Amino acid sequence: MKWGLAVFGLSVCMAVSVGCHDRQAEPVLRLWALGREGEVVQSLVPEFERAHPDIRVLVQQIPWSAAHEKLLTAYVGGSMPDVFQLGNTWIPEFVALNALDSLDERLRRSTAVPADDFFPGVFDASVVGGRTYGLPWYVDTRLLFYRTDLLAAAGFPSSPRSWNDWVAAMTKIQEQATGSAFAALLPINEWQPLVIMALQRGATLLRDGDTRGDFRSAPFREAFAFYVDLFRRGLAPLTSQVQVANLYQDFARGAFAFYVSGPWNIGEFRTRLPTGVPWATAPWPAPDGDYPGVSLAGGASLAIFRGSPRKEAAWALVEFLSEPAQQLALYRLTGDLPARKSAWTRPGPGADPSAEAFRTQLERVRPTPKIPEWERIADQITRYAESAVRAELGIDEALHALDRDVDVILEKRRWMMRREAAS
Amino acid sequence: MTRDADPISARRRIAPGLWFAMPATSAIVAFFFVPVAAALALSFTDFDIYAVASWRNLRFVALGNYARLLRDPLFSIALGNTFYFVVVGVPLTIGLSLGAALLLSSRLVRFRGLFRTLFFLPVVTTLVAVAVVWRYVYHPRFGLLNQGLAALGLGPVDWLGDPHWAMPAIIIMAAWKNFGFNMIVLVAALQSIPDNLYEAARLDGASDAQQLRHVTLPMLGPTLFFVTLITIIGYFQLFAEPYVMTQGGPSNRTLSIVLLMYEQGFRWWSMGYAAAVAFVLFAIILGLTLLQRRLT
Repeated sequence: MKWGLAVFGLSVCMAVSVGCHDRQAEPVLRLWALGREGEVVQSLVPEFERAHPDIRVLVQQIPWSAAHEKLLTAYVGGSMPDVFQLGNTWIPEFVALNALDSLDERLRRSTAVPADDFFPGVFDASVVGGRTYGLPWYVDTRLLFYRTDLLAAAGFPSSPRSWNDWVAAMTKIQEQATGSAFAALLPINEWQPLVIMALQRGATLLRDGDTRGDFRSAPFREAFAFYVDLFRRGLAPLTSQVQVANLYQDFARGAFAFYVSGPWNIGEFRTRLPTGVPWATAPWPAPDGDYPGVSLAGGASLAIFRGSPRKEAAWALVEFLSEPAQQLALYRLTGDLPARKSAWTRPGPGADPSAEAFRTQLERVRPTPKIPEWERIADQITRYAESAVRAELGIDEALHALDRDVDVILEKRRWMMRREAAS
Repeated sequence: MTRDADPISARRRIAPGLWFAMPATSAIVAFFFVPVAAALALSFTDFDIYAVASWRNLRFVALGNYARLLRDPLFSIALGNTFYFVVVGVPLTIGLSLGAALLLSSRLVRFRGLFRTLFFLPVVTTLVAVAVVWRYVYHPRFGLLNQGLAALGLGPVDWLGDPHWAMPAIIIMAAWKNFGFNMIVLVAALQSIPDNLYEAARLDGASDAQQLRHVTLPMLGPTLFFVTLITIIGYFQLFAEPYVMTQGGPSNRTLSIVLLMYEQGFRWWSMGYAAAVAFVLFAIILGLTLLQRRLT
């Protein structure tokens, strides 16, 4: 018994000392990557390590569902990685936490990552308060997935270019629909379609330096009314994402002709739809003549922890992963669309007709308001949009309540701005 | 002079019982009382993501969070939904449990052990798995329930998508999932009722219904009180069912107090506000428990 204890104690000591020794001898760069990217980035890293023999990279994969919380707890617990992948909408929050290193200086000096090679709208998503805090790794945005046969049967040979055409096509499709089929599926718990329509109308969403809601303004009101009308006219069903039992089966049987989604569904549609279901992707129609209408700047960026002791090595890794060759490799492994335009080659995303619509769309994307409260505000938008769609609230009533609730959410932000102005 | 007689050392010595209680007590203090006290303190601040960045961004708001709660339309919706769930769900669950327990104790029923196991099965099944299956049961087109209704000539109901039916759907599922536990407790209580009481009642000419009314129910009283209390407390903490099945929708009709607290705290990091929600829920449950104790 005593011996056992001694051996155990000794081995613990040894394990600890070996661990410490290792860390001192060879600095390890810690990279946190999320979901599927976390799996495949492991296969990109060896080439980086060959080019930089003095740097060893330790990749940790984190599932998307736990990523946000894990990054926050890591920040609070002081165990942040040197480099990490961040959803673009999370950047403002981590900037507010003062967790990200500004990349402007390095970008200016770097020849490997010319800023103008990135899709401008996406690059802008990681710029907060005039400073750049992340380098886009891959991009996504949302646009229309549609059934070409249903659209053609309604007398529209190509995808609609204006809101009017779109509604006309949907109305025609709805007239021809049988059973419980609809022209479009816009899950009621997704804020993106409505916010995209509002951005297309030119809505700013927030005002006064992002400290108050601006939802009663004319552009947002018009987009809101347009969106609500799609449901009230019966063009889209009143369902939420959780109720769709099998999206792909429903799409295959023609339960809806239009669906708003992102590049991750290109691969899914290809593998899950039975052969012979004709579908295509198209950029958004515009409310006016300015085709295509804008969409959201999504995707993920690579960021460097402000407190990292190995920022030079971290930047080298970020530069490496942004190289067109690595972006192409990531595309091949995951289907993630490259953030750099020069990586849109053939073979590669340039050869994929379904990705082509994304390339067009990505030239016209805008980020959502860059404040940590945004997701919470977006949640309120869906709540009131649903109330209006269900006719529980009138449109003006809903927008009034939305402005009121958003102002409550942003109270802290107003207080902080006032305090800053005072000092 | 013996040591025990020395008044000073006797006072210094800690009673042995205290030593024995110390490990458990310190664990409870460290992992229960301290966090609860911290949460209470948190509920008087506006702790959020900005406060994580810097303590300078933390404000003491006293009862501000509680005042905001009273004005928050979402909180009143969540409160209403939770009461709806409790008021309908608890009697339904208790009724089901009592009915099943009486059936299982009846001499007419065969395979009692089998039925007892089957009825208890939902209790030990993971809720997420149950919810996935029930989502299929509730499916408006292909669901078992709607096909059954169609056979009876009733129209299809969009169980989880219709604001009027979503909460009943959640209640039905919760009752199905939970009645087994109460049933087992009641079966045990039924078995402990002495047979001679029934014999005496029969000799006095009591019918079956009269026996139930005047022997069984009074003898079950304390047990019924216990299971009702446990069910009420559990049902006030409604969370997993709507979280998995509806995410609080449609139109917030299944948003419960705990779901609201979860969203505020762990989705939006409004920890101060979420802590206030938690203490209001605590106060409600405490108040109801005290009230029920006075009534019985």
